Amino acid sequence: MIPAAESLPGRSKLAIRGLSMTFRGELDDVRVLEDLALDVREGEFVCILGPSGCGKSTLLNIVAGFLPPTAGSVRIDGEEVRGPDPRRIFVFQERGVFPWLTVEGNIGFGLGRLSRTERERRVAHYVQLVGLKGFEKAYPHELSGGMKQRAEVARALAVDPDMLYLDEPFGALDSITRLVMRGELLRIWQTEKKTILFVTHDIEESVQLADRVVVLSARPARIRRIVEIELPHPRDLSSRRYLELRDGIFEEIGLAHRI
Amino acid sequence: MTRPARRVEAILLPLAAGVLLVAAWHAAVRATGTNVFPAPAAVARGLAELARKGLLLRYSRDSLWRVAAGYGIALAVGVPLGILLGWRPGAARAANPVIQLLRPISPLAWIPVAIVLFGIGNLAAIFLIFLASLFPILVSAMNGVRGVPAMYRDAGRNFGLSRGALLSRVIFPAALPEILTGLRIALGIAWIVVVAAEMIAVNSGLGYLVIDSRNAGKRYDLVVAAMLLIGLIGLVLNLLIARVARLRAVRWGFRQEET
Repeated sequence: MIPAAESLPGRSKLAIRGLSMTFRGELDDVRVLEDLALDVREGEFVCILGPSGCGKSTLLNIVAGFLPPTAGSVRIDGEEVRGPDPRRIFVFQERGVFPWLTVEGNIGFGLGRLSRTERERRVAHYVQLVGLKGFEKAYPHELSGGMKQRAEVARALAVDPDMLYLDEPFGALDSITRLVMRGELLRIWQTEKKTILFVTHDIEESVQLADRVVVLSARPARIRRIVEIELPHPRDLSSRRYLELRDGIFEEIGLAHRI
Repeated sequence: MTRPARRVEAILLPLAAGVLLVAAWHAAVRATGTNVFPAPAAVARGLAELARKGLLLRYSRDSLWRVAAGYGIALAVGVPLGILLGWRPGAARAANPVIQLLRPISPLAWIPVAIVLFGIGNLAAIFLIFLASLFPILVSAMNGVRGVPAMYRDAGRNFGLSRGALLSRVIFPAALPEILTGLRIALGIAWIVVVAAEMIAVNSGLGYLVIDSRNAGKRYDLVVAAMLLIGLIGLVLNLLIARVARLRAVRWGFRQEET
């Protein structure tokens, strides 16, 4: 058994240093993130886990370049992040697909610069990869939540980014679809070799997916602990080690024995 | 109920209501013994007379042409201006009080101003229709753009779109359903205003037909015939523009209206 994390190249991809975020409110300023430091290796799958409202989405929005931080820096490949970049695509919940475009139109959205044939080839490839064959001409409102989410993941992958940022992407899906989508995402991650930052409040989800789970505290969020999930994929969700890791995180978040 | 049965019902019920109304109308004219208000048969003869003289087509065409001109200019001005105002929050804040002040003024109150500016004639009528259509179009475009979810803008920026591309490929299509709603409301108002404008400013068109039939010999059969024509054309205009909302690329925005 080779632990997944060690099979990856060790080159640092993302470096977060001294990151703080304060939102200016009408009455009070709200401190959301406090002095975070994190390194992510190339090709790594990292889950950011924390209770609702702790600021994990804010963290992802800052890393993606949508929000400037109050203090600290985010560097990717040694370069300071100053705004969104097509090399790193943000995947919203399934509502992020453009409702005015077909599945095909959505997946090809970021491919404007390619020739027509190349664009069509890529769209067809990613339609196939996410299992939407036969739905190329369908509009999002004609699709289920899971299919919309697949379309959005395909739209992100089609521009061949080296990082994917996923913000609770499966939060709105039913539990069975969610399980299927996790499996699909892992399969895609293993074939496409992307670095993935995945925000979730679901402990099980984080332990099923990640190489490492970054556990955040309640607001203002700090990093409480980083848990290595050294289990190889596909993971046995009833194995002792899996349960140990999961329960350890439950305890870390302060939920153990209270449910 | 089966589908064909429902379709038959959808035709039969309104038809029955129409027949009933005409019968009641006929009975009321008989019962009161009025010799001013025409019976349905007299109105039908009036319509035939208008058709024979070629006035039916000519006046309808004149009215439609004025609406097309005034409404067309309002569309060409209102949509881009509204998008611009919605795109720049500062511009919207500056312009909004003025818009909200001008909007509740009935277009009919502008008639003296229109005549002072353009004299008696086509231009005054077109100006009134333009004014009446402008505000619903302008406001819907402004609100449509302001209401575009930040997620769509962020996604567009993430794929590296320039400002212009963001506007044309994300903001405009996202705001389109609301813009279309404004266009539909404006067309209804334009058709109401053209009749009023033609009563005062010109000597052709359906509005002129109403006032001229009354003034020249109290031909109430022609007055009511003109009224029916106005209603009928208004109905057709509304049906035509409602079809636009059923295009697949904008249907997502009209889901509440689907029955």
